[in-house]
Amino acid sequence: MSALILDQAYANFGGTTVLGPIDLIIKPGEHVALVGRSGAGKSTLLSLLLDRRRRDMALIPQNLGLVDTLSVFHNVYMGQLPMHSGAYNLINLIRPFRRQILAVTAVLEQLDMLPTLWTRAGELSGGQRQRVAVARSLFQGGDVLLADEPVSALDGPRSEAVMQALTTQYTTTIIAMHDLDLARRYASRLIGIQNGTIALDLPSHSVSSHDLDALY
Amino acid sequence: MHSTSQDKTRWNALSAPLVRTSLWLFGIALICVWLADLQIRSVSPWAELIRLGHGLIQPDFATFDTAIVALLRTVSFAFTGVGAAAVLGMGLAFIFHYRIVQAVCAFIRAIHELFWALIFLQFFGLHPITGVLAIALPYAAIFARVFSEILEEGDQRAVKALPAGSGVISTFWYARVPDVWAHLISYISYRFECGMRSSAVLGFVGMPTLGFYLESAYGEGQYGEVGMLLVIFLVTIASLRFWVRPKLVILYLLAAPFFLGTGLPIVWGNATRFITEDIIPVPLRNGEGIAGLGPWLSDLLWYQALPGIGTTIVLTQIALVGTGIIALLSFPLISRQFVSRSGQLAGHSLLVIGRSVPEYLLAYILLQLWGPSMLPAVVALAIHNGTIIGHLIGRQSSELKLRPDAVGGFNRYIYEVVPRLYRSFLAFLLYRWEIIMRETAILGILGITTLGFYVDSAIQELRFDRAMILILITALLNIAVDSLARAIRRQLQLRTTPTTQTPLQP
Repeated sequence: MSALILDQAYANFGGTTVLGPIDLIIKPGEHVALVGRSGAGKSTLLSLLLDRRRRDMALIPQNLGLVDTLSVFHNVYMGQLPMHSGAYNLINLIRPFRRQILAVTAVLEQLDMLPTLWTRAGELSGGQRQRVAVARSLFQGGDVLLADEPVSALDGPRSEAVMQALTTQYTTTIIAMHDLDLARRYASRLIGIQNGTIALDLPSHSVSSHDLDALY
Repeated sequence: MHSTSQDKTRWNALSAPLVRTSLWLFGIALICVWLADLQIRSVSPWAELIRLGHGLIQPDFATFDTAIVALLRTVSFAFTGVGAAAVLGMGLAFIFHYRIVQAVCAFIRAIHELFWALIFLQFFGLHPITGVLAIALPYAAIFARVFSEILEEGDQRAVKALPAGSGVISTFWYARVPDVWAHLISYISYRFECGMRSSAVLGFVGMPTLGFYLESAYGEGQYGEVGMLLVIFLVTIASLRFWVRPKLVILYLLAAPFFLGTGLPIVWGNATRFITEDIIPVPLRNGEGIAGLGPWLSDLLWYQALPGIGTTIVLTQIALVGTGIIALLSFPLISRQFVSRSGQLAGHSLLVIGRSVPEYLLAYILLQLWGPSMLPAVVALAIHNGTIIGHLIGRQSSELKLRPDAVGGFNRYIYEVVPRLYRSFLAFLLYRWEIIMRETAILGILGITTLGFYVDSAIQELRFDRAMILILITALLNIAVDSLARAIRRQLQLRTTPTTQTPLQP
């Protein structure tokens, strides 16, 4: 894959610039954590990166983007829709293929979500829904992951497991998150956003607590 | 809308836009009543009504066998027609963002299914395909619009989260349809109920459905048989939810085409002649050229289209206000706010009867009782449409949470409930406007001089060229009323698609 590049990028909402201009290069193999106060512009930055919509890119949006009326299986399977023909996808919607069930099962097992395979997404708890969205992105595969608070509703061990799985599977990750401790451990690079601009951009091992306090 | 400081100091009900619109409609209807012929012409209207009442109370089951076959045909035509329409409509919803598709659909649905039946009769004769197409075509155009509106209301977030390159078809079925699936299904099942009525009424133009037997039984004065046919039809409609089950529907859909009966074979010569000769205006056919077209057209417009349009509008406006009055009077019958649980059950049965009897059929019966005037048509349209709206707002009113110490009875009706429901009541009524006009036009076939009367006469005289022009004019009139209703709804900021929000459930 090639690097992700933002060159003087900015975002407008109703006439006012909420983010940018931003210059940013994310090289392949980097694990980036986006940190900053809520409303600082983390989600907007992610959507700017997503605008470079590429085949090798997976997304976990903050609202998760689940289809509540479909089962967990189908929601996870949706990660691979582009890999099959419309006809195949239609049949799988009505009567799931064994192969796909096995493949989805394998991903769900990793996240301790197996019992809910056939539950409708709308009936799940917040944490479970979040893990379904994570499972979808894991199932999708690719090189780059953009994720917006993927572990905000998960408890300690579970969020560790999810972060582990995401950063292992994807060679490049850009994850917005609140948990600074988690960010420092799973990211190689920390980008702090403040008032719509990049206020901090350092390798995670050299970020001091003082730097972070300034952000919040 | 207009909220000035004046409103605060002296609020006047008449200045509220909703009230003003209602008063306008009411005033126009009053003028129309003055213009309209609403006399009862028959010698002993009530004696006939009583005899019919006897027939309903004591149905005659001697011809039950034929009736069951007719019922089977009715259901089969409804399933085949609505099923085909749903599939076609879904396909059209997919491309509904094209203006041309919207325009074609608007045109197709502006023509009533009975008119379509009359057209297809010339094409295919009394072949089952005539009945199936007459339902499928206009219903598909309705489905296309409503489906696309429902899909637009759906949650779009899932679409955004899909991987790039998911394809339109997969995106459609995975990320857009599932979210609104229940909504789509409940709308289709409501439409199926309408399809049952359409199918029954197609009997009046010769399809082997219930209407055919009703008309002949009525013609022979066999009120017991009429009663029996009505009873089995009402029971079938009222029991829809018990036998129309998701899993069974697939079975029904597969089986239905085989139970349409054989009818008469298609004479393809007729079909070709219809397109190449019959519908070409006479002057052109006789080689008079464009010069001959002028007088022919002005004659048609002046002596048939204009009077037809006049009567259609007069009748529509009276029926519209009648519908509103019936709706406002009938909804308390099923409302938790006004009657007990058992009372609601009785109210429900009454409203089910009111809305299940096709308005065409009701108008036919009343016309036989009261003689030819606009009265039977007004009453039939008001009862049918009024009970539909009554049902919808009645259900809404049951969901209202009033203060524990809210007043009761009539005060509750005028202070607590009607003000809260009036907005959606008016939305439903305006939505029904175009439907009422479409029905009004078609009731002309029964002898009331609306546009349908002139269409029907032209067809009887084998002047298909005239019939097609008149049908075209009817369609344009419907489209005009529909856009007027939409404009008013927008102006009053009423929701644009009330029935798709709360579809009827039997």
